[in-house]
Amino acid sequence: MNIVVCVKQTPDTAATVTVEGGQVSWGDSPLVLNPWDEYAVEEALRTKEAHGGKVSAVSMGPESAKDALKQALAMGCDEAILISDEALEAADSLATSHVLVAAIGKLDSPELVFFGKASVDSASGVTFAQTARLLGQPLLSQVAGVTSIDPDSATITVERLLPEGREVVESSMPAVVSVTKEINEPRYPSFMGIRKASKAEIPTWGAGDLGMDSVPKAKVDWPEIFAIQQEATSCEVIEGETPEAMAAKLADRLLEEKVI
Amino acid sequence: MDFGLTEEHEMVRKMVRDFAQKEVKPTIKDWDIRQEMDPKVLPRMGELGILGICIPVRYGGQGMDYISLGLACEELEAVDTTLRVVMSVHMGLNSMALLQWGTEDQKQRFLAPQAKGEKIAAFGLTEPGAGSDVASMNSTAKRDGDEYVINGEKMWISLATKADHFLWVAVTDPEAQDPHEGMTAFVVEAERDGVTSGDIHDKMGVRAGSTGWVNCQSVRVPVENRLGEEGEGFRIAMSCLDNGRYTVAAGATGLIRASLEASVTYANERTTFGRPISRHQLVQQKIARMVKDYEAARLLYLRAGWMKNQGQRNTRETSLAKWYATDASFEAASEAVQVHGAYGYSAEYDVERYLRNSKGAVIYEGTSEIHTLIQAGYALEMRKDAGLRCELPAYDPEAWQSEPETAAAH
Repeated sequence: MNIVVCVKQTPDTAATVTVEGGQVSWGDSPLVLNPWDEYAVEEALRTKEAHGGKVSAVSMGPESAKDALKQALAMGCDEAILISDEALEAADSLATSHVLVAAIGKLDSPELVFFGKASVDSASGVTFAQTARLLGQPLLSQVAGVTSIDPDSATITVERLLPEGREVVESSMPAVVSVTKEINEPRYPSFMGIRKASKAEIPTWGAGDLGMDSVPKAKVDWPEIFAIQQEATSCEVIEGETPEAMAAKLADRLLEEKVI
Repeated sequence: MDFGLTEEHEMVRKMVRDFAQKEVKPTIKDWDIRQEMDPKVLPRMGELGILGICIPVRYGGQGMDYISLGLACEELEAVDTTLRVVMSVHMGLNSMALLQWGTEDQKQRFLAPQAKGEKIAAFGLTEPGAGSDVASMNSTAKRDGDEYVINGEKMWISLATKADHFLWVAVTDPEAQDPHEGMTAFVVEAERDGVTSGDIHDKMGVRAGSTGWVNCQSVRVPVENRLGEEGEGFRIAMSCLDNGRYTVAAGATGLIRASLEASVTYANERTTFGRPISRHQLVQQKIARMVKDYEAARLLYLRAGWMKNQGQRNTRETSLAKWYATDASFEAASEAVQVHGAYGYSAEYDVERYLRNSKGAVIYEGTSEIHTLIQAGYALEMRKDAGLRCELPAYDPEAWQSEPETAAAH
């Protein structure tokens, strides 16, 4: 089976986010493989381990995004491709999807394309859906478990996580799968994987390599970015002789504050 | 001169850090209170290859270099000292000695399963009456045909009740003019008849680990279990310490970092006299000292690791790294408690555990007093390193990473 996993490099979730002059800043926080994408890489690797084939990790981003791809290689992906082009710098999720579709088209007709549920930085959470639409393939989103994959009949059965519970969905392949964190526990890179990844030469494809004459223009932009107003909080200790007295006092205070 | 870590080193560091932070940190306080080792720790460290990190692939290891070992130790002790202690005894004091001194047969029989994490290894030098004064050792090994009969007791042995293999130093020639020349090293398997062990409780620190005693009562081991020649035991033990101390130095560096990070976080949260305590100069001074000590300790251990990679003798540099880092880690942990004030004195915060854990390393693998004498000895030219029959092999990525079937070529 040929499997593709689309990943992004993002700041570490421990980063302090600030907004300065209408620009989001992550400070000098380390850049990592998007934590949600680790679940996608893990599921791609498990699928390969169960059914054979190869896993290709694809990322669109600046040259530095090769570090995120190296993490994917160290975890066990067979190859990694960076798509990097100055013309793509202002891409929105739809433009990104066009580019990913062009890249996927250059790979050996993957049966499955895995995504994380969103990126921790821009968090639009729609790139996988737009990619599936452009590929003309079924989309299995919010996947919290893969029940079975049958390469012979080209079908996949998954469990989707819904607010009300889980639903079992069967789909034909090829398909696009976006996974949630409930699906697995991502592995750490192995030492052998780390060595392989550190030696790997990751090819960079530009828009020209993808046969894209023109780069799709972003249809979405961010006219204004502002930090959320910090809510001032204060702590008040309710005292009283007995639990009943304290509860009565608490209820009065909550009524006063119009909380209840 | 290049002070940068390679991409490979950075990835190793992240991998070990992720393991320690995600799998050990959340529950370490409970295990520390229970004075027990989390039973998941050793199998996980084996599974992830950490227990064989710098051992060649053909001996079951991961084929990384000695700097990777140091980085792993720094990350492990930044979470808990007991994790690094595992690396000190299993890797530094035992597995690396087998790599350095072992016959091919011993490497296959003992080192390979240790590097794979299938067998856990420990080191038996210290005795109830012999610490810094190694020569006053009472353990004996008497030759009897193709076997040796070992008697004696080792004390303060890390992983005493967890280890499968002990590197055991015993006196084989009580008549030797220089008692140091009368010692011999052996591999003693815990499953042999006459081997018993137990843990010591109520230690000040490293409570989430295993530290104990091991006793040999007429334990018979074949001649093939002798490491090196008869009379080479002291030299082997000292070479083991060059590696064990390296892991201690790197680990203590991690403990300084943990103390620093905890202090920075707390100093920005806690307010006194109307401002965060990080704005008070005396708190800043404590933090600045931790920064200074962290950077200095880190450079010292990385230099020792680099020398190991090059195959250079590093007894002096490793001793200095260990002395500096352990003294500094005790100081940093103590100051971290001070920054936390009364809260630091309670188990609510990690820093009191850091302080309890830091004290041991100032005592084991050469007390700070021993290292003071070693350094004075080198400076005053009263001490010189004699060459060893077997040196720790320099790191050779190609040879380290070749698979068993192609290893013959190297």
